[in-house]
Amino acid sequence: MEQGSNAERAAANTLYYRHTLPVRVMHWINVIALTILLMSGLNIFGAHPALYWGKSSYTGRPPILEIESATDASNKLTGVTRIFGHEFVTTGVLGASKGSDGELMNRAFPSWLTIPDGRWLAMARQWHLFFAWIFVINGLCYVAYSVVSRHLARDLAPTGTELRSIRQSIVDHLHFRHPAGEASKRYNVLQKITYLTVIFVLLPLVILMGLAMSPGADSLWPGWVDIFGGRQSARTIHFIVAWLLVAFVLIHVFEVVITGVWNNLRSMITGRYRVDAEVSK
Amino acid sequence: MNFSKFHPRRRLFLRALAGAGAVLVAGCDKLSKTEWFPKLLGNTEILTRKAQRMVLPRKSMAQEFPESDRSPEFRSNGTAMPNNPQYKALASSGFAAYGLEVGGLVEKPVIFSLEELRALPSRTQITRHDCVEGWSAIGKWKGVPLTAVLAAVRPTAAVRYVVFHCADPMESDGTSPYYESIDMDDAYHPQTILAYELNDKALPIANGAPIRLRVERQLGYKHAKYVMRIELVDSFEKIAGGKGGYWEDQGYEWYAGI
Repeated sequence: MEQGSNAERAAANTLYYRHTLPVRVMHWINVIALTILLMSGLNIFGAHPALYWGKSSYTGRPPILEIESATDASNKLTGVTRIFGHEFVTTGVLGASKGSDGELMNRAFPSWLTIPDGRWLAMARQWHLFFAWIFVINGLCYVAYSVVSRHLARDLAPTGTELRSIRQSIVDHLHFRHPAGEASKRYNVLQKITYLTVIFVLLPLVILMGLAMSPGADSLWPGWVDIFGGRQSARTIHFIVAWLLVAFVLIHVFEVVITGVWNNLRSMITGRYRVDAEVSK
Repeated sequence: MNFSKFHPRRRLFLRALAGAGAVLVAGCDKLSKTEWFPKLLGNTEILTRKAQRMVLPRKSMAQEFPESDRSPEFRSNGTAMPNNPQYKALASSGFAAYGLEVGGLVEKPVIFSLEELRALPSRTQITRHDCVEGWSAIGKWKGVPLTAVLAAVRPTAAVRYVVFHCADPMESDGTSPYYESIDMDDAYHPQTILAYELNDKALPIANGAPIRLRVERQLGYKHAKYVMRIELVDSFEKIAGGKGGYWEDQGYEWYAGI
């Protein structure tokens, strides 16, 4: 880009201080922690790749999800995924996938999705529990900061007017129309609702369901786990919420990409967000 | 928004994202194989133990279930028949010659026969067994509270841990006998029992006959099967790998409350 056009742009656009330093730091800590939690969690899942509903795994009812390997007629390893009794062949991805030696191996999730890459429950648990603490402490700091600094009230809580415009916001999102100018300084209403859901529903739920799997934590009020259907149900919810978070991240990154990758990235690194003076193209 | 030509900067971003992912995976695998990093991660166990011990009352009780919640069959995991000639000889005579040796830092070491253990007060509990792998099974256990056994041998003031030595070798050549250890908080917990019955029948060999430890606020591998000898110690550093248990020596947490 030429100097001249830069100067012209600078006149028309302003850099707006969008994210404070604590929010930026905690955002990136969260990115690292959640990524490692997901991948080490998938490794842990591989130690017993089946999900149940109920207090135990052996209730007389079959698992709701099961990922396993089998050998087919020609003696080749195949991956099999069974959901509510429906069987799918998932060789290469689920049940059986290639290891570093290129050989198909019995494993629930492929090695590129797990930490560590091979089946190693003890090490996966160490990663998972270490980053669980980092994630929880970071999350508590974020909530405390958001309340005290009024980030929550100012930036995240939707106003009545915004809530009434929710239908328009959905239509805009579906058409990939995004606010420009002054409006782009604020989160839009769908964005606010999504962030609030993730911060105050999904993330606390995934932590709580993790704790529900702890025989120690279960003894705090014997039976509290049954509110969620029992320990094995809690394990299933933990797994499902983890994937809902993945879905959130995919949509989040998609929105980041289509609304200006570098502008968004810069605002989450330096805090400065370029506000275009002109209307959205 | 125009999607027909995908912006090169966006492509660059997605490539960078994929690259960062690959670096992360490779980095984590490298770190797992170093000496220092697992040690750093291992500190979590201390934090978790201190946090749980701080929040939980010392005698907080594990959930107990009604009969209707019992698993139709109690899963046997790990060893189903110890590869140990002495154990097999004991088993073939219905453990008539079995003696549970309780010693170490005690005033009065005692060897308990099965009959003597059964004559002590008993506790029956229907609890959930949570394996570190992720599965759970619910079973009804009857046994003697460890407290009653400890009272008979009178531990000295120096005792900090109770170590359980087991009959099942973990190596195919008959070496590396299974062992476990718990601290005194768990040793004196009312639900910590030496179980000799499962689901109203004599404890089957597959589930740890004749005696298996139940330590209900921790994961399954703490519940040592085939207990032959109990040793009260002030440190387990000199026993086997020094980490306080067979699986602990393989990298699992000593405190298995989560």
